Amino acid sequence: MDIVNQLQRQFIDHSTSLHREGIVDDQFTELQKLQDENSPDFVVEVVSLFFEDSEKLLNNMARALEQAQGVDFKQVDASVHQLKGSSSSIGAMRVKNACIAFRSFCEAQNREGCLRCLQKVTHEYSLLKNKLQSLFRLEQQILAAGGSIPVAK
Amino acid sequence: MAVDETQFHVLAVDDSVIDRKLIERLLKTSSFQVTTVDSGSKALEFLGLNDGNDNDEDVGVNLIITDYCMPGMTGYDLLRRIKKSSCLRDIPVVIMSSENIPSRINRCLEDGAQDFFLKPLQLSDVNKLRPHLMRT
Repeated sequence: MDIVNQLQRQFIDHSTSLHREGIVDDQFTELQKLQDENSPDFVVEVVSLFFEDSEKLLNNMARALEQAQGVDFKQVDASVHQLKGSSSSIGAMRVKNACIAFRSFCEAQNREGCLRCLQKVTHEYSLLKNKLQSLFRLEQQILAAGGSIPVAK
Repeated sequence: MAVDETQFHVLAVDDSVIDRKLIERLLKTSSFQVTTVDSGSKALEFLGLNDGNDNDEDVGVNLIITDYCMPGMTGYDLLRRIKKSSCLRDIPVVIMSSENIPSRINRCLEDGAQDFFLKPLQLSDVNKLRPHLMRT
C-alpha cells in the first residue's frame, strides 16, 4: 500500500502545483468532475483532442505570420480565437491568457508583437502539455498499483 | 415504439471538436440523449431542412443548443432559419458564446433564443435547460 500512498501524494502535489501556478484553473477541475465510471477516460480524451487541435492551430499561426507577401492578420486572429476558446474550455488558463494578449496584436496588425505572442503561447502550451502528461502518467501508475485516483475538490 | 418520456433529445451545434466533446458529456451526465454536429448547415440537414425545403418529418429533437461563432452559418443565422421554419420554429434554441457581448445576447434573445450561456458551459447551465424543453 505504501507505493500507492506515495504515488497518490505525488499526484496531489502535482495537481496542486498546476493550480497554484495558474497553469490550470477551476474549469479543469470541472472536467475532472465529469469523469466517472460511464466515461472513465474523459479527461485524457478531451485533453488529447485539445493537444491535436492546438498544434494544428499553432502551425497555422506560424505559417500565416511567415507570409512574405503580407500577413493575413484576420487569419491569424481566427486561429488565436479558436485556441482561446478551446483552452478556456479545458481550463488551460495561461494558454488562454496568452491568446487574449495575442488578439490585441492581431487587431493592431503588429507582426513583431504577434511573433512574440506566438512564442509565448507556444511556450505556455508546451508547459501545459508536459505537466498534464506527467499528471496522466501518475494516474496510470496509481491505477496499475491497484490504487484509486484522489478526487479533485 | 415506446418512447422514454423522460429522456429528452438535444441537438448540439459547435465547430470546435473540444467543445462538442465537453457539451456531449455535460448533457449525457444530465441524462439527455445527444446528437452533435459541427455546423449550422449540418444541423439543418439533421433537422430535415434540406435545400430550403420544409420536411414535415418528426425529427424528435426537444432542444437545440448552438455556438454563436461558427464559420459559414453563425448560431444566430441558424436561430433565424429555425424560427422561419413552420415545423421547426417551436423547438427551443439556446445560444452559447465565449464572448460576453450584451448587444449580441440581446439580439439573440429578441429573435427567439430561449437563453444564452457563456462558455465554458457548466453543469449548472445544463440544469437550467430542463424548463425550456419541449415535449414532442
